[in-house]
Amino acid sequence: MSGDLAQFALMGKYIGAGLATMGLGGAGIGVGTIAGNFLSGALRNPSAAPGQMANLFVGIAFAEALGIFSFLIALLLMFAV
Amino acid sequence: MTVADQGLVIDPMHQFQIVPLFGGDTLTWYTPTNQTLWLGIAVAVISLLMIVGSSSKAVIPGRTQSISELLYTFIHNMVEEVTGHEGAKFFPYLMVLFTFIVTSNLLGLIPGAFAPTSHIAVTAVLALMVFLTVTLVGFYNKGIGFLGMFWVSSAPLALRPILALIEIISYFVRPLSHSIRLGGNIMAGHAVMKVFAGFAGVMGIASIVPIAAIAAIYGLELLVAVVQAYVFTILTCVYLRDAVGEAHH
Repeated sequence: MSGDLAQFALMGKYIGAGLATMGLGGAGIGVGTIAGNFLSGALRNPSAAPGQMANLFVGIAFAEALGIFSFLIALLLMFAV
Repeated sequence: MTVADQGLVIDPMHQFQIVPLFGGDTLTWYTPTNQTLWLGIAVAVISLLMIVGSSSKAVIPGRTQSISELLYTFIHNMVEEVTGHEGAKFFPYLMVLFTFIVTSNLLGLIPGAFAPTSHIAVTAVLALMVFLTVTLVGFYNKGIGFLGMFWVSSAPLALRPILALIEIISYFVRPLSHSIRLGGNIMAGHAVMKVFAGFAGVMGIASIVPIAAIAAIYGLELLVAVVQAYVFTILTCVYLRDAVGEAHH
């Protein structure tokens, strides 16, 4: 019954892609932590805030990168496997 | 066929298909495609903006001159701030990177347009060029001492081999994360808008809700288009700082 097996593999592919997107939640937590801490720091010392915008974006980019990897796994499962 | 089947046939990935411009269905490396067209439009828009903007040289700048001057000073300040004085000679490269990415991102948001930066093939080339530049400049400036950035001398001796391994892995993952971040963000944004458009097709009078959501997401995507170009450029600056500046470990 190779047809059933193919259906089963397809099911695994879609479930795996869905599970892989959960990693993006981690990226959300990371980006939220960085932005929230930046805001609380910026409200304490507003004059220092503009100089740290570059660091804010670099931090967000690094935190986001790891979430993007799980997005990549989801894409690979959907379109490449 | 039910109503839901009819409405949800919208394929969110269809908009990223590369098709030849002048008909036919054979794709070779020299075939002009919609990708080529929109890359060319992006280059033309940047060239026009910069040529027209710098032609009048008025003391009180007009609109076009203001845009190009603001763009120039914004990138120049960023490069000087992040990479320091030594890295300022890479300003033309970073200026081209930023203007090219931001223009293709924004052009891709025109309804019906094609976003070249949504393809990993485009962003991967940009990121690999950055990776090659950083590696070559690093070895040119520091010689074999460039490898010292993998050997964290401020850490305890027992930890250093493990840290070196992690640093090497993160160094080689850079082009991957650099390209996937830009391509993934642009692609995901466009796909989300298409998915909501699919909802609008099946909801009848209630489709005002997904249409309002599309408007909101479009505003967010305008922000994402600029922020992702900024992030790509500033990460290039950060990588270049390792290659040109003093070792800060």
